[in-house]
Amino acid sequence: MTEHKKQTIIPIGPYHPLQEEPEFFKLYVEGEKVHKLDIELGYNHRGIEKISESKHFDQVAFAVERICGICSTSHPFAYVNAVEDLAGIGVNDRIKYIRSIIGEMERLHSHLLWLGLAGHFIGYNTVWMWVWKYREPLLDLFEFITGNRQHYAMFKIGGVRLDIANNDIPRIRKMCDDLIPAIDLFRGAVMDDPVIQSRAKGIGTLTKKEAIDYCAVGPIARASGIDIDIRRDNPYAAYGMVEWKVITRHSGDVFDKIVVRILEMYESIKIIKGCLKGLEKEPEGNIDLKIKNIPAGEGIGRHEAPRGEVFHYVRSDGSNRPVRHKIRAPSFMNVATNQITTTRGTVSDAAITLGAVDPCYCCTERCVVIDKKTNKKILSGKDLIRLCQEKTREISGKLNKKIE
Amino acid sequence: MNSIAEKVKEKFGSKTIKYLRKNAKRHYFDVDAANIVELVKILFHGMEMRFITATGIHLREGFEILYHFSNDKTGEVISLRVLINEKVNPEIDSITPLFIGAEWIEREMWEMLGINFRNHPNLKKLLLADDWPDGNYPLRQGKQ
Repeated sequence: MTEHKKQTIIPIGPYHPLQEEPEFFKLYVEGEKVHKLDIELGYNHRGIEKISESKHFDQVAFAVERICGICSTSHPFAYVNAVEDLAGIGVNDRIKYIRSIIGEMERLHSHLLWLGLAGHFIGYNTVWMWVWKYREPLLDLFEFITGNRQHYAMFKIGGVRLDIANNDIPRIRKMCDDLIPAIDLFRGAVMDDPVIQSRAKGIGTLTKKEAIDYCAVGPIARASGIDIDIRRDNPYAAYGMVEWKVITRHSGDVFDKIVVRILEMYESIKIIKGCLKGLEKEPEGNIDLKIKNIPAGEGIGRHEAPRGEVFHYVRSDGSNRPVRHKIRAPSFMNVATNQITTTRGTVSDAAITLGAVDPCYCCTERCVVIDKKTNKKILSGKDLIRLCQEKTREISGKLNKKIE
Repeated sequence: MNSIAEKVKEKFGSKTIKYLRKNAKRHYFDVDAANIVELVKILFHGMEMRFITATGIHLREGFEILYHFSNDKTGEVISLRVLINEKVNPEIDSITPLFIGAEWIEREMWEMLGINFRNHPNLKKLLLADDWPDGNYPLRQGKQ
């Protein structure tokens, strides 16, 4: 009897409540080993570039805010940068500081959200609950400053919509101070934990050369040793006016992606504190340049979102609407790197590897295992998480024995 | 530091049709569609720039594509602008064989604007549904 080499397809996606957005991954596996990954996009395509052509310049800022629910300020940030580049508008320091504060608070909450989910994927629900507990005060602060926990609607061309009163600055500062011990806690809990180390080190590695070839951006590129950050390389808002540094690591594995994000949170706090210091010196209320007309021309705006560089290109013909608005989100480049990273591991590592990019596509209800030649059987999304979590338990057991 | 645009100008030589300096960080080079692969190679492999994305635009006279590159050391954005003078079946050489990062955006422009990319290794739908009608391009202007 000849033994057939069975290649199995495990679809992950497209829908699951835990996913930030629907996407469909087909894992081609032989036994445990992943051979190939096929990515299908488009489940969430809403034609925002086209919608943008039918809105006037001020409305577009609200429309692009709806692109992402987690980094909802990244797109308006890049969009106002693009329009201000188009029209040659320079904003005052108070506006710059407020923009950077909102941008960095968002990075904090986004990285915390991701860290919690990453903990959940590898079966560390304690990390998940812990981290999300500390994310909550941040969202309260967002509500306090902007009126909303998400979709803050703070950005407009030539200004911001709401001022941060100087009286409120101590409260923001206190939140930053309270967050530092929490991040210290995560750093200790995550970075020194032998189980997390063995689950993440050497897993889902993306080399520097591959990251360049895929044009990866953000923490993914920085974990692979590419020293890029739009905030430093092409300073906008207040990023050139405060002290902070870019975090890079070299191995490109899941562990380094975790480390980069955790260490970046300290830098975000540094930026917020620097901005608050500057904000105190600026007179209150000077937050809008009241731009009326956008001239004909073209502009490019970029912003370093929590996931990497957001790029907006806006072209105007002198009317009140853009004639073309091109948007490129960081995940458009980063998700493609999964084609390489997942094929270096097993099915049980796929969840955290896919998750390490940050969009958390890892677990799903619709997960079917189909044997191409012989039988058909079904493996649910829960099974996939179970596989992943069992591996953590297994490693954890082995490690404990060694210690004994 | 000298602007990277000067170096690009020098390397492109006579292949630059028009150069526009929008401001210190934004540079636009109009180039011929026939040279695109060669020029992208100079920027990506020769000058180690990062490919950001490409913007396809439907115009009255044809299709325009802007290839945006970032020189992260100086924070400048170099955009190569090509005009395809063809109203119905625009075509241009694919840059995906040079680096994989361009694969998705070319697929997107192919389905959204109907621009055919010659030598693209995997030209299939990216965002639109599989049963989206052929010849119907969402980002083309006017009545279809």
